[in-house]
Amino acid sequence: MDFADSLEEAAFRAEFRRWLEQNLPPEICVDDAQDQRVAPDRETLEQRIAWQRRMNAAGWVGIAWPKEYGGRGAGPMQQAIYNEEYARARAPILPAASGLNLLGPTLIHWGTDAQKAQHLPRILNADELWCQGFSEPGAGGDLAGLRTRAVDAGEHFIVNGQKVWTSGAHFADWCFLLVRTDPEAPKHHGISYLLVDMKTPGVEVRPLVLLNGHRHFNEVFFTDVAVPKENLVGPLNQGWKVAITTLMFERSGAGGRDHALQIARLFELAKQLPSRQEPAWNDSHIRQQLAQLAIDAKALQVTRLRSLTRRLRGEPPGPEGSILKLFGSELAVRISDFAATLLGPYATIEAETEAVPDAARWFHRVLGARQYTIAGGTSEIQRNIIGERVLGLPKG
Amino acid sequence: MDIGFTEEQELLRDTARRFFEAECPTKFVRERMATPEAMTDAFWAKLAEQGWLGIVYPEEFGGSGLGMVDVVVLMEEMGRAVMPGPFFASVLLGGAAIGEAGSPAQREHWLPRVAAGGAKAALAWTEPNLRWDAAGIMMTAREAGGGFRLSGSKLFVPDAHLADVLVVAARTRDGASLEDGVSLFLVPKGAGGVSVSVLPTIDETRKLCEVRFEDVALGREALLGEAHQGWAPLARVLDRAIVALCAEMCGGAQRVLDMTAEYAKIRIAFGKPIGSYQGVKHKAADMLVDLENARSLTYYAAWALDEAPQEAPLAVSMAKAYASDAYRKVAGAGIQLHGGIGFTWEHDLQLYFKRARASEVAFGDAAWHRERVARLVGA
Repeated sequence: MDFADSLEEAAFRAEFRRWLEQNLPPEICVDDAQDQRVAPDRETLEQRIAWQRRMNAAGWVGIAWPKEYGGRGAGPMQQAIYNEEYARARAPILPAASGLNLLGPTLIHWGTDAQKAQHLPRILNADELWCQGFSEPGAGGDLAGLRTRAVDAGEHFIVNGQKVWTSGAHFADWCFLLVRTDPEAPKHHGISYLLVDMKTPGVEVRPLVLLNGHRHFNEVFFTDVAVPKENLVGPLNQGWKVAITTLMFERSGAGGRDHALQIARLFELAKQLPSRQEPAWNDSHIRQQLAQLAIDAKALQVTRLRSLTRRLRGEPPGPEGSILKLFGSELAVRISDFAATLLGPYATIEAETEAVPDAARWFHRVLGARQYTIAGGTSEIQRNIIGERVLGLPKG
Repeated sequence: MDIGFTEEQELLRDTARRFFEAECPTKFVRERMATPEAMTDAFWAKLAEQGWLGIVYPEEFGGSGLGMVDVVVLMEEMGRAVMPGPFFASVLLGGAAIGEAGSPAQREHWLPRVAAGGAKAALAWTEPNLRWDAAGIMMTAREAGGGFRLSGSKLFVPDAHLADVLVVAARTRDGASLEDGVSLFLVPKGAGGVSVSVLPTIDETRKLCEVRFEDVALGREALLGEAHQGWAPLARVLDRAIVALCAEMCGGAQRVLDMTAEYAKIRIAFGKPIGSYQGVKHKAADMLVDLENARSLTYYAAWALDEAPQEAPLAVSMAKAYASDAYRKVAGAGIQLHGGIGFTWEHDLQLYFKRARASEVAFGDAAWHRERVARLVGA
């Protein structure tokens, strides 16, 4: 057992860290990469696109992709180190993240050569931004219940329907879309996976505003949208299998990495802010809660490394993977709940103050944490998955 | 970076699992826990044969010279079996204290005998004051006639009644800090003025004792290591014992989870197996999450003890805090999900539940260790 970097791992880490130090512009750095993943305006988007192009020119985008598609063929450990260093540098999530992390790997597995040639290089260089057209108003946790319809019309499919929770659709050039192509078949067997140009006539994007004012998400309406047949990914009516590939990549990236930094900041704040007459730090109850957060964050980190070790050793996935999203998102809620008690009214204002210069960030964390126990598979669904797939309990 | 086990460690795990399945079924546990020894000579001899009584002692003293990660593998299996008896007290506490603090002669005298199964040791350091640090050592040992006189009492001493030698922590002077001034002594069985009584405890697989010292006379040679310098080696022994305990707790929790998942698949209520109901399913999922996180922290602490000692104190306390809560919660949820039969004497869950309750508070409970974590992180 070894928690330390090997020599190669240490060298890779140092190389990327140095490159980031020398190339990451401070003005685009963020405190909560996940929460701030969708650019709030066009100007920020352009800055992040420029940043991704700089990274791509230096070979630092899509490192886990095979070399033939523009990646480095980096293994899971290098990817983990890359993610750690990227987070540590407070770099923003790349605008092409959906393409890089979800569609790209899906196309590498299922796409035609033409699809790969057209889209993969553009994803790497942020020349194409993608959005994920999966969830519908009637199909969230139960995604296979989707009803957006695609009808065969010779050279094209004609698509009608509606998607929801489409992150970044307002900036996206393309959409990877799950549609129903055979309504007569059992629900998992009549689904197809299409690539849709967002400029196609009939595509309409409407913003969905969250309770924290964020405009990350959208509803996307498809009215008689013509999608060329060559934009079908994988076999007709077998799109569910393709979607599973995408979902697996989505799940493996989840869980959040900001916890340790946020917790460290709470330790600091506890020493500065009052609780009754004295610094909050003097209250043993406060110290107990802080300690538990630190312990939970460490547990999550090590469980993530154990999961990674299994992948590296080529072992079948163990239970660790299922736990990460569930525990990570719920830990984020506990962090924000504690922050709310520690900061009191400071966490209810979206403004810098003398006592708490980062109050606005805490405002967003306190308001926003509840998203992540829902998005990407709710905690209830994660518990079902653990119960059924890991413990073998029968379905309800 | 690789957070997994070597082939040798996996072999140790397999060997230990099969050994305990054969030699330590719960029938054996129940029989033994009804006796003061909680052990048979034959079983003890088998543990010696496997090399486990000397697992952490240097090879030159008849041990296997293995590290904490290896110990963790073995302890998970011992916990899974709820192995009764003084293994923990003798090998990981008393014997380990001699190994850590003793002179070459003292180590040479005792370690091979403990490793071979011929002698048992125990460690008496806790007192009625409910502290798990140097401040808890209030019992005194004053210098007298070239030797020492020990007076006071120790409480919650594991398996003192079985020990051929008791390692006793006592204060020999008021030092500049509380850690300064603690000495360790070797008190042989039958020493005048020592009285040991076995306490009726929640976990009868491992007995706890009260030990009273009434002006016990010891020669200079009874001093283990350096006078007044006993806290540092004792703290190292305790940190390693804590991680061993955490691993044992994880092994027990896994067994509880296995039993519970099995039951949830077969027990029918309202026409369906109870595991199909989300209330049951989700509780079981939470048990898994608690267990896996406890494992993660235990493994990290074991590695830190072997390879990154500066990280060890924080890692140890994180593991104990988490595992204390986790085993209690898992054992409790296990009973809950079994319904009425889970609370019977006959069902094996009671063995794990009681072990969880005893382990939760040994060496400091979750709150104690969280305080230590807060101080270390917030420093």
